[in-house]
Amino acid sequence: MTWKVIIAIWLTLIIIASLVFPIVASPQHWYDLPNIRGLEQRARIMFFHVPMAWVTVIAFLVSMIYGIRYLVRKNAIDDLRSVSSAGLGFLFCFLATVTGSVWAKFNWGSFWNWDPRETSIFLLLLIYAAYFVLRTAVENEEKRGTLSAVYSIIAFVTVPFFIFIMPRVVPSLHPGSKGDPEGSGPIMQMRIDPNMAILFFGALIGFTALYFWMWSVRVRAERVNFHRLNIPEQTGG
Amino acid sequence: MAEFSVAAKEIRKAFNRRVIFEHISFELSRSESLSITGRNGSGKSTLAKILCGVLTPTAGSVSMTFENSIIKSEQRRAHIGFVAPYLQLYDEFTGSENLLFATRIRGLRRHETEVDDLLKRVGLFNCRDDRVGTYSSGMKQRLKYAFALLHKPALLVLDEPMSNLDESGIQVINGVIEEQKQIGIVVVATNDAEEAKMCRHNLDLNDAKRPLPSAFS
Amino acid sequence: MSEKTFSALRSTAAVLKKEFASELRTRYAVNALIMFVVTTLSIILFAFGGENVSSEVLAGLLWIVIFFSAMSGLSRTFVSEEERGTTMTLQLLARPSSVYFGKLGFNVVLILSLSLLIVVLYFIFISNFVVRSYDIFVATIVLGGVGLASASTVIAAIIAKANTRGTLYPVLSFPILLPLLLAVIHATKLSMEGMPFEEAISDLQLLLSYSVVVITASYLLFDFIWKD
Repeated sequence: MTWKVIIAIWLTLIIIASLVFPIVASPQHWYDLPNIRGLEQRARIMFFHVPMAWVTVIAFLVSMIYGIRYLVRKNAIDDLRSVSSAGLGFLFCFLATVTGSVWAKFNWGSFWNWDPRETSIFLLLLIYAAYFVLRTAVENEEKRGTLSAVYSIIAFVTVPFFIFIMPRVVPSLHPGSKGDPEGSGPIMQMRIDPNMAILFFGALIGFTALYFWMWSVRVRAERVNFHRLNIPEQTGG
Repeated sequence: MAEFSVAAKEIRKAFNRRVIFEHISFELSRSESLSITGRNGSGKSTLAKILCGVLTPTAGSVSMTFENSIIKSEQRRAHIGFVAPYLQLYDEFTGSENLLFATRIRGLRRHETEVDDLLKRVGLFNCRDDRVGTYSSGMKQRLKYAFALLHKPALLVLDEPMSNLDESGIQVINGVIEEQKQIGIVVVATNDAEEAKMCRHNLDLNDAKRPLPSAFS
Repeated sequence: MSEKTFSALRSTAAVLKKEFASELRTRYAVNALIMFVVTTLSIILFAFGGENVSSEVLAGLLWIVIFFSAMSGLSRTFVSEEERGTTMTLQLLARPSSVYFGKLGFNVVLILSLSLLIVVLYFIFISNFVVRSYDIFVATIVLGGVGLASASTVIAAIIAKANTRGTLYPVLSFPILLPLLLAVIHATKLSMEGMPFEEAISDLQLLLSYSVVVITASYLLFDFIWKD
């Protein structure tokens, strides 16, 4: 209960701040945010889109870790944790794609450009979708948990090939890529103004906490279902 | 064959949430035989598959010991022969080819004469060069026995041993089973009371959801 | 080498040989695949309508055809065992790793043969398709084919255990193969433009490491897929 309230208040404040704090050329007050050349008002997306993309990666990792635990111990509760995390990852991935696409329209004039970063978030979306399609196609519960865990591991090992190599080969429009005149971007270079940094990391923490809270609620709700249907949580021998 | 035994310890199998059987334990040594009986759906075939290592139990384990050292689970398949109605051989290959491929895939050296002898023993020598797709169900059943005996296994697991066999087939297989009972271990899963009588011990799965002591009757 | 290693190698080789022998007898996949290649290329040629198409598009199209041929043919090796009920037979006979490497080997040979056919037809029928750096081109086709086979084989093993196999196969394979496809199309473009071999080294290294990583992961995870 307390977590819910803390997270709700935290995120509300962060969201209000990120939308309301003025972006000025030379910040005077504590609530002024600096103007980043080339981005201006559109920089506000940093407080939403980036944390969502970050959470989607965290969710994938958590899903995979519990998938591996399921492979080893075959406890139904681990598969449950894995699926719940994947579902949230899918949601945040979708949100990240949409926020990115809307921002792209304002910044570069079109909703989708097949820029490598855009393609990589789309790739993650495809992996999540494939994961769920696979799960619906397997009836046996134990086989379903096993196969989806294996698939997520295989997908995981191929993602680095994409993320690390492609943006270096193809110039990108995205802030922080090879083609960006500002270099690797305001965040990576730590050139970010302290005010913005605080707000940004606040958003990052807020969204991450939101994800963990949503995940624990989902798992708890499904566990009640387990007990109702008399499913043993630990079937492993 | 030297000291050889098979042991099942506290085996439980559940599909999705339905428990088929649990607390199955027994131990068999060379020249012992066990029949597994029970009504339809009691899990006879499931237990047979678990013994052969093609199905993993939900809990519990199967182990094989040879001269007091445990055989690693990966190597168990070299000592198990399995015959079942749901075992399929390759229709596009001839009887001979199926057996030769089986030998090779088991990692054994090819022994054409041994394959021929085995085919003669089950009465299929004359149709060894016909594709299995053309075999009758009785012929396929005999070929399955050849397939199961190829590598001289210590444990022979038979699910419905006489299905699809005619008079002569039954006689041949009776001979096979008697021989195996002397040199190794035979486990028979069956509905048929006559077939069950072939084995010294019996495990009845009809009440296998309650804990059983050591399940012999 | 110990007797056990010999036995494992013999087993793998026997699985590989069985796949070829089975394919030769039934012609299950080969006929359909050749017709698939011919049909797809014909459609592409009709779509061009005599126009000259850029090298980027040609490189991309080449790999589209190879990719979809892989999707049509490389799942057969696992799916046919499930469909005919011979999976259990193989489980009784062979160690899982022998089954995996035998079937992987078969798929590698299959995709390389298909690629050869597609490339030959491409050269014959598309006059615009000119390759200036043959070393890059051959390396790309070979390493790309191995990479394609490695990912396709493990996914085929996974979907063979599921219900709606046909449509599931490309859906699961595409996200896994996307990095490979991008690298391979890029390298093909370089070979058409006549770039020196050094230019393509990073792409080829990616292709090689992709295959190594995917095959290693598949080998380690195969038991979980194969055993029931």
